[in-house]
Amino acid sequence: MNTADQYLKAIYLAQRIEEGPASTGTLADLLEVSPASVNEMIGKLEEKGLVEHEKYKGATLTDEGLERAHDALQTYCIIERFLTNVLEVEEFRDEARALESVIDDTVADRLDTIIDRPGECPDCFDPEHDHCERLESPGTGTGTGTQCD
Amino acid sequence: MSLGQRVSTDRQLTRLLQIGVVLEEVVESRAAHHLETLSPEERDAVDEEVRALLVDAAEESADHRDRLEKLIADLEAETVPYEEINALVDAQYGPPEDTDGVLYDQLANEETAYKFYDDLIGAIEASDSEFAVDRERLLETLRTLREEEREGAEEVTEIMERRA
Repeated sequence: MNTADQYLKAIYLAQRIEEGPASTGTLADLLEVSPASVNEMIGKLEEKGLVEHEKYKGATLTDEGLERAHDALQTYCIIERFLTNVLEVEEFRDEARALESVIDDTVADRLDTIIDRPGECPDCFDPEHDHCERLESPGTGTGTGTQCD
Repeated sequence: MSLGQRVSTDRQLTRLLQIGVVLEEVVESRAAHHLETLSPEERDAVDEEVRALLVDAAEESADHRDRLEKLIADLEAETVPYEEINALVDAQYGPPEDTDGVLYDQLANEETAYKFYDDLIGAIEASDSEFAVDRERLLETLRTLREEEREGAEEVTEIMERRA
């Protein structure tokens, strides 16, 4: 997943957390980068028509940006679910974050052929807890590590 | 979150190599499933060239898996056994409709593996980190695997072109 897609995903999640435009501060926290880096990238995404930015309010995804963010989040969900269900990784959130920049969506699609993912993915992603709300694993505190559904 | 496309820790490298093993296991398992799920008439209709391609693909994946497992062993980690991945493929498998579908799936397998190794090589080259496995041996192995995936994709494409 490239850097732009990681930003779009973060904006999508920040919009859900804040129930409105994504603020620079929230994005900087989610992406673990400086506010200046966020502002620079928001400018680039705005030029590409993927984001609308309103001063003092924040960034909002356009329809095209939303579609790409959705795809990026789906790729991320596949990585998390793969780590949990196939490799049985407890610290799957940290590891998924470390791996997402190296895993391409075509690779994620192949991994997706062996995992059981809910049909409504990625809408069931919980942005507050940074994982699918239907993912059962010792790492989520919601189950025993067995496959969801 | 890691915004740079680089591999910086042994753990990250281990996970990526484990993912490589699973991708190879998926190729091996799907190639076997393609032939097994066809009816006797359909199986007879699959020509020798395509049959040989699937057998070669399964053998090549087993060999790739073996080479990745040696690297993973040096990182003192384990891999998911083939039987487990085969069971997961089995649970989710939807057979392609015909021989063309089999070839498209095989092409997707080869291209995905190529892309995976290409990204992984790029991410290792972009990093200055020292790993528990010798860096040159690691890169040499991955470059060989990438080249073989490229050749595999070309081979499938040639068969598809001949059949068109």
